[in-house]
Amino acid sequence: MDNNMNNIPVEKFRFATRNDLYHDSKFETKPVSYFQGAFRRFSKNKGAVVGGVVIAFLVLFAILAPFFTPFKPAYYDMSYAYVTPKINLFANSDINFWDGCKQKDTGYVTFLKDKALAAETGREVIKNGEYEVSEDGSVYSYRYDTYYGVGFGKYKIISVEEFQDIQRYQNETGRQVIYPVVKVSDRPTLEKNKYDANIYYKVENPKASIIRPKLDKNGDIIPNYWKYEAGENVALIPEYNSLRIEGENGFTENGTQYFYAYGRKVDGGIEIRAEYYEYYIYQHTQVLKDGIEEPVFPFGTTATGKDIFACLAYGARFSFIFATVVALVNFIVGVIWGSISGYFGGKIDLFMERFAEILGAVPSMIVITLLKYHMGATSQALVLFIAFFATGWIGMAGTTRMQFYRFKNQEYVLAARTLGARDRRIMFKHIFPNGLGTIVTRIALVIPGMIYTETSFSYLGIINLEAGNTTSVGTLIAAGKAAITADAGYVALFPCLFLVLLMLSFNLFGNGLRDAFNPSLRGTED
Amino acid sequence: MYMFKYVSKRLGLMLFTFFIIFTMCFVLIKLLPIPTNALPGQDPEIVMKTLEGRGWITNIREGVNGVWEYDRVPILKQYGIYIKRIVTEGDFGIVTTYGEYLNMNIWEVFVSHLPPTILINIYSTLIGVPIGLALGIYAALKKNKWQDQMINVFIILLISVPSIVLALMIQYVFCFKLGWFPLTMSTSNDYFTWDVFHSMLPAVFALCLGSIAGYARYTRAELSEVLTGEFMLLARTKGLTKKQAIYRHAMRNSMVVIFPSILSEFVSVLSGSLIIEKMFGINGVGGLYLNSITFQDYDFFMLLSGFYTLVSLTAGIVIDISYGFIDPRIRMGAK
Repeated sequence: MDNNMNNIPVEKFRFATRNDLYHDSKFETKPVSYFQGAFRRFSKNKGAVVGGVVIAFLVLFAILAPFFTPFKPAYYDMSYAYVTPKINLFANSDINFWDGCKQKDTGYVTFLKDKALAAETGREVIKNGEYEVSEDGSVYSYRYDTYYGVGFGKYKIISVEEFQDIQRYQNETGRQVIYPVVKVSDRPTLEKNKYDANIYYKVENPKASIIRPKLDKNGDIIPNYWKYEAGENVALIPEYNSLRIEGENGFTENGTQYFYAYGRKVDGGIEIRAEYYEYYIYQHTQVLKDGIEEPVFPFGTTATGKDIFACLAYGARFSFIFATVVALVNFIVGVIWGSISGYFGGKIDLFMERFAEILGAVPSMIVITLLKYHMGATSQALVLFIAFFATGWIGMAGTTRMQFYRFKNQEYVLAARTLGARDRRIMFKHIFPNGLGTIVTRIALVIPGMIYTETSFSYLGIINLEAGNTTSVGTLIAAGKAAITADAGYVALFPCLFLVLLMLSFNLFGNGLRDAFNPSLRGTED
Repeated sequence: MYMFKYVSKRLGLMLFTFFIIFTMCFVLIKLLPIPTNALPGQDPEIVMKTLEGRGWITNIREGVNGVWEYDRVPILKQYGIYIKRIVTEGDFGIVTTYGEYLNMNIWEVFVSHLPPTILINIYSTLIGVPIGLALGIYAALKKNKWQDQMINVFIILLISVPSIVLALMIQYVFCFKLGWFPLTMSTSNDYFTWDVFHSMLPAVFALCLGSIAGYARYTRAELSEVLTGEFMLLARTKGLTKKQAIYRHAMRNSMVVIFPSILSEFVSVLSGSLIIEKMFGINGVGGLYLNSITFQDYDFFMLLSGFYTLVSLTAGIVIDISYGFIDPRIRMGAK
């Protein structure tokens, strides 16, 4: 063979031309980087995208909602405890939904009282005035407005200045806040009924525990207001120059002109009957000036009259900020710890691993309790933060360590080292970017877990953020649990809905991220 | 021999970890001010004497204005006394501030609260594990058919809906609206009567839904992976029916991973779930723990912290060790 090769005749050779040279041709397509590819895979995953959208929506809610509601987590009004969710849009329509009403099945007496209240104030305590009576006449069913149903509450004692200011307000706006009072001797006698400002009518038995309105021949209630003759000067009746329900010139009975009394002088001020709905508006627009214009609670209120919408918004905002900050800090510390431990290996790794393992074995409940004992006086948010950081970074460190183990013996690392790259450069320029996808996924999976743990701690009452002028979804859920026996399921509904949506969307989103960054892991854990 | 070495190494490491955590807890607790405030009806001198008797303080004397003064015993010495009492007498101290059980032996109070916690968790495991396994196996066998899809949706929902919400929903719907169950668990001590069992059921359901979803997901993933293995093809080729192949080969192999977690679940029945216990008013260890935190009853807190730490450590180690026993191919800790 060799001989043959040596004896190739000259004629068989040709000169090579430039055309015969073949270079690697350039790719005509654009190069796709790791992250571009991940993003493309991610966008194909419908569940993950929906999850992402829902998360964005929840975050927007947490950021923006506090700006749109004048209520604060610290706000409460016991008079409006357990009022049902109401949105003006629905309340003004005929739809029996989200209108601040609830179904009420009750006896004749309660029905009469509600009807009397509606008749005096002109508000739809009974929605649209529609009701149904059961066949035997014992049960009245109607949609009861929980806002207007508060009515007058108790008799209120206010200062003379406020009494005059309310009159000024009434004259300016034409809204009736103060209604005529009932003479003390005409009121029911029992202590619990004596100050009930909703009873403005004649009753059958003033001494009874349960008050029954007295009816006239037509079946209507008989008003029992305190009246005085025009021009007469009654010592206990304060001067009143404002709207009168009986008309500007009073009313005439048997040829005599009468006026109703709109207050009663008592020690320390004037006792009035104020319709709470109007009084509330007066209080908040004229006195407190806190931006609240009307008692409308989109998500209802709790047993202490806290606005659930505001509490949820502020709680969600706290949760998101808290989880993000903790995740960020854990990320930084965990990555540094994990990369050192994973890259160097050996004794350093062993020591660092043992340390992390022991710290990680302490139940978080114990960490948080000990911290709470030691830092009881300072902010609970800080306690939460430290507790979550104390054990939270370990998981991140573990993930980073695994990534470093995976890549540190690869050829490109060897090449970099041969070319004289220093350890720090190899760690953060060569290995870390390759593990970043997995680490980011880990963050996405850890955040909902943190929010849920924070919620559980607040629910269990170990952490109470209320002192820090914010609140937590967990505190709301605890309030919702207490509301179960009051048949106020909506108290828990919105916080639970928030939590479920958050968990579900984060799960979908996180799994989508994982599949996108590590296509080989697809479906291993779903 | 090799296995023995591995197990003893793991056990030693676990005890070491536990010891460190326990010591840390003790020291951190002892750094706090001693709660010497007498409860209403308690004589401050007796409170002091009790603390002295426990070895926490010494040299009690009455100072000016009738304020009691004392010296603290060094923490490490206190720790020595504490450990010695536990080891020689099994004495974890007495309740000092937790009003309901004042002056009672902590250990006895603790043991008396264990049964409800354990029972609820055992019931839930007994219900949850078989259902979870069955669902997982069924889904794996019907992989990518509509049955599988249905089970998958169910699993994702159950896993994503937090137990706090699930429990609340169960309580609202079944206990309040429908009235099938009482709102909270009966406080009777006869745990094996129908009434008590009936009142436990909502809590059991709330607990087991989570574990059903967990096991179904795990089993489905494991089994569907095993089913694609080449030895399954071989089993069919050598003449086994599909059923035989699945029972004899696929199931056994998938159980290698699942069985340890079932074992560890039986260890963690001891600790239970604080949320479920609070939600359904179960008179178990969780409630004790929460109250010991509120009342700042430090000895109580020490015992319960140690207990929870030990349970979680043991559950972890059970998984690791049982792997080696179940599947001889896995040589744990081998280089």
